Amino acid sequence: MSALPQQDTAPDCVVRIEHLDKWYGDFHALKDVSQTVAAGERIVICGPSGSGKSTLIRCINQLERHQRGTVEVLGEILDDNVKRLERIRRSVGMCFQHFNLFPHLTVLKNCTLPQTANLGVPQEEAIERALALLDKVQMREHANKYPGQLSGGQQQRIAIARALCMQPRIMLFDEPTSALDPEMISEVLDVMVDLARDGMTMLCVTHEMGFARKVADRVIFMDHGEIVEQAPPERFFHAPSSPRTQQFLNQILDHGVTRA
Amino acid sequence: MTTPPSHAEPISQTVASPLPNAWQWARRHLFPSPGHTVLSLITLAFLLWFVPTALDWLIFSATFIGESQADCTGGGACWLPISQRIEMFVYGFYPDTQEWRVNVAFALAAGLFPLLYAKRLDRRWILAYLAALPFVMWWLLKGGAGLPEVSSTKFAGILVTVFLGVVGMVFALPLGILLALGRRSSKPIIKMLCVLYIELIRSVPVITLLFMASLMVQLFLPPGVFIDILLRVLAVLILFTAAYMAETIRGGLQGIPKGQYEAAKALGFSYWKTMGMIILPQVLRNTIPPLLTQFIGLFKETTLVMIVGVLDIVGIAMSTTAAPEWLGLEHEVYLFLAMFFFVICFALSRYARHLEKQLERSRS
Ligand SMILES: Nc1ncnc2c1ncn2[C@@H]1O[C@H](COP(=O)(O)OP(=O)(O)OP(=O)(O)O)[C@@H](O)[C@H]1O
Ligand SMILES: [Mg+2]
Repeated sequence: MSALPQQDTAPDCVVRIEHLDKWYGDFHALKDVSQTVAAGERIVICGPSGSGKSTLIRCINQLERHQRGTVEVLGEILDDNVKRLERIRRSVGMCFQHFNLFPHLTVLKNCTLPQTANLGVPQEEAIERALALLDKVQMREHANKYPGQLSGGQQQRIAIARALCMQPRIMLFDEPTSALDPEMISEVLDVMVDLARDGMTMLCVTHEMGFARKVADRVIFMDHGEIVEQAPPERFFHAPSSPRTQQFLNQILDHGVTRA
Repeated sequence: MTTPPSHAEPISQTVASPLPNAWQWARRHLFPSPGHTVLSLITLAFLLWFVPTALDWLIFSATFIGESQADCTGGGACWLPISQRIEMFVYGFYPDTQEWRVNVAFALAAGLFPLLYAKRLDRRWILAYLAALPFVMWWLLKGGAGLPEVSSTKFAGILVTVFLGVVGMVFALPLGILLALGRRSSKPIIKMLCVLYIELIRSVPVITLLFMASLMVQLFLPPGVFIDILLRVLAVLILFTAAYMAETIRGGLQGIPKGQYEAAKALGFSYWKTMGMIILPQVLRNTIPPLLTQFIGLFKETTLVMIVGVLDIVGIAMSTTAAPEWLGLEHEVYLFLAMFFFVICFALSRYARHLEKQLERSRS
């Protein structure tokens, strides 16, 4: 089920967005955005609130439908075909700001149900995989608890493990640490850094500039629905070309949002 | 003995023998102010007079054993119309030799409750039990396929009441769920049909629908086709209850955060899997108390079927009071009826309360 067709064009391009436009009613949220992501690439997206960061990554797994342009993921163009969309979503993991674990299921069941229901993985194998990944995020001993009994940082790590259980080829993160208390941020970032070191293709919306410095291949700055600037972290932080980027960086660096 | 504390003193005395404690409790809760005191005294006086009188009439001076009204000499209630006709009340006109079938059907229906309590049990078993229950009950009662057939004109009494209540509930809930989902559907036709249905049913008295079922349905059926009146009124009760349940469930659906749908979508769940595995289990868990309240309503509404000639427990009660040998014993018969419904509905409502408490605890 998880076997995906080989891409015939650029073999290492897993996401290709071309001339993407997205409106919410009259509001133009994404304006002619084009972007490609290569396999194994780690991208951090930042920008002021309301600039369209979430909208952009949510278009990649079509939690938001776009109105114009093309979104191609893992070699398939996303359109109204629901079956294809569901298949693609199984290979694109996503973590949310508010974790969105299923509160009526135990931690373990949160991790096994998507596998058994959507990938047809046998129960024992699903449990094995789930426990291995829970181990990786250091949550194995909490496998039989319910999400409501755990802290935010713990829940977010479980959410990452749950997404990884689907053996995704791409991971999307939408501000995974911004709902967390400061002391929990690093435990989640550690997991994400590990994941990046393992070679996962990642797109992260985050304001954790320390994380961006450490793992990003590319930092994208968005404003008003447009990609204003993109550069490797070194150049992005030290020699941004656009004054808007400069201004944004000054703002967040002043307020100490960065973490090493 | 300590002196009783004055009004202003806080009642947090450490040394306390049981007697002053009871006295303090009474002071605080029964006699905190002159108005309250008057009310408490009136209530106490009423209870002191009423409880012994009622108990005496209901039990101590009542007659439970005997043959006819002439045996009722105690001056209290005469329970003979019920004890003499208890078989009629429970089984209606069901053939004596087949009554075990009714007992089995009752047992299966009662078996639902321990099943709902059992936490460790796989949900699929509960669902299978629920799905099979109406058909097994109908087969047991009606016969066929190995059991001698019993005409449904012989069904009456508690048998009808329980059958309508339980089977009505089992079908009304899934139908209510589908209606609730339809009402939130993004497909305009489905949405419109569901809204129309729900609003239409909710704005017509159930009596009207019952009359339509008993009188009009037959007009639309081809000659020779006949649907059992019991099934027709059952259908009305189901359709009626489902419309109300749909609204309860819709409320529950609105309470589920958008993030749950998004997470399910992002993990590749299809619409029906999202609903069946992620959303509805949460909604049903949160709406069990109001749904049980609706079941209590349904159970009481089954008594309306009497009006279209189906003899439920109320029908038997009325025929009992009309029988010449039990003339003049309406009080006892209707009191029995009231107690029957009270015991069942009160138990259900306690159960709903218990679940509510449990949910509160598991949420915190
Ligand atoms: N469902 C919606 N309906 C209408 N407008 C929306 C909707 N979702 C987002 N928007 C608008 O689109 C714009 C971009 O939203 P988006 O959530 O992508 O911003 P963001 O960059 O992620 O911001 P934040 O940092 O606050 O999360 C915002 O101005 C927002 O008000
Ligand atoms: Mg956002």
